[in-house]
Amino acid sequence: MHELSLMQGILDSIAPVARDAGATRVTQVRLTVGEMTQVVDEAMRFAWEALTTGEPLYEGGELVLDFVKPKSRCLDCGAEFEHDRFHLLCPECGSRLTMVTEGKELHIASIEVDVPDEE
Amino acid sequence: MAHIDLDKKILDKSERFAQENRELLDAHGVFMIDLLASPGAGKTSTIKATINALRESFNIAIIEGDIASNVDAVRIKEMGIPAVQINTGGSCHLEGDMINKALKVLDLENTDLIIIENVGNLVCPTDFYLGEDVKVMILSVPEGDDKPLKYPGIFQAAKAIILNKVDTLPVFDFDMPAFEERILNLNPQAPLFKIAATKENGVDSWSAWLTEQIEAAKAKQA
Repeated sequence: MHELSLMQGILDSIAPVARDAGATRVTQVRLTVGEMTQVVDEAMRFAWEALTTGEPLYEGGELVLDFVKPKSRCLDCGAEFEHDRFHLLCPECGSRLTMVTEGKELHIASIEVDVPDEE
Repeated sequence: MAHIDLDKKILDKSERFAQENRELLDAHGVFMIDLLASPGAGKTSTIKATINALRESFNIAIIEGDIASNVDAVRIKEMGIPAVQINTGGSCHLEGDMINKALKVLDLENTDLIIIENVGNLVCPTDFYLGEDVKVMILSVPEGDDKPLKYPGIFQAAKAIILNKVDTLPVFDFDMPAFEERILNLNPQAPLFKIAATKENGVDSWSAWLTEQIEAAKAKQA
């Protein structure tokens, strides 16, 4: 249950950005999460609820998680292949020398904010 | 309504400290391991066996991460090895800033190798880079050969995998070929070391590998 720490980090990163933009409310936070990380969708949503409830800046805001499927490249034959969490051997040549290229992301992609109309 | 692209790492804060840790370690030529395992897998026993195997070759220091207590640090200090205890106070993993504080207490000038004993947990510590050279994970035989299927992430984050308590294989239903097959598929490049830490069996090949890693890191820096 490290999602609370992750979410705290996310909010710490977002708050100054929203403030600098002159935003009164963050309406959406979009995360990019690799399926090979330990992040659990429900736990992340729980952490979001737990840490934003009662915070005017996040009132009614939405959390969006885009999960990224794992992908690797074989360093021997150059094959690029998608895989599940359990099979990283090269499906083309059987090599052990494969490198994960996608699926380990832990990124804040973007936020949507309400900015009061400039006078 | 405005859209702001961030593309920022979620672990920004922890990683900033981790980066600082890395620079501190590089400045003093220190190799650091983040050792991961579930509670009771034998992290402390493995550390003690590793100390006995390598203390003539390297100056070693240990960072102990636990939710509470200092029993592990006391055990290490009894061996005459510097140890810093971190109590996370409930947190399931160590973060970069905690290690940063510990590094500032240690005499890095006279240290070659730091082993971090992370909080006993097969999930959370996996996502946190602390500034270490490598993560290593320990599974113990009684935990079962199916653990790579249940906790794939930790087996993939590790540069090497230690299977501890192999002296108990005769009394547990542990399917070694199935376990090895799972590891091969999950983490094709990781070596697997089979040891019995409390009996100091099989520790030689693990310490030889570790020595190679330390020497290679030193050579790269020089």
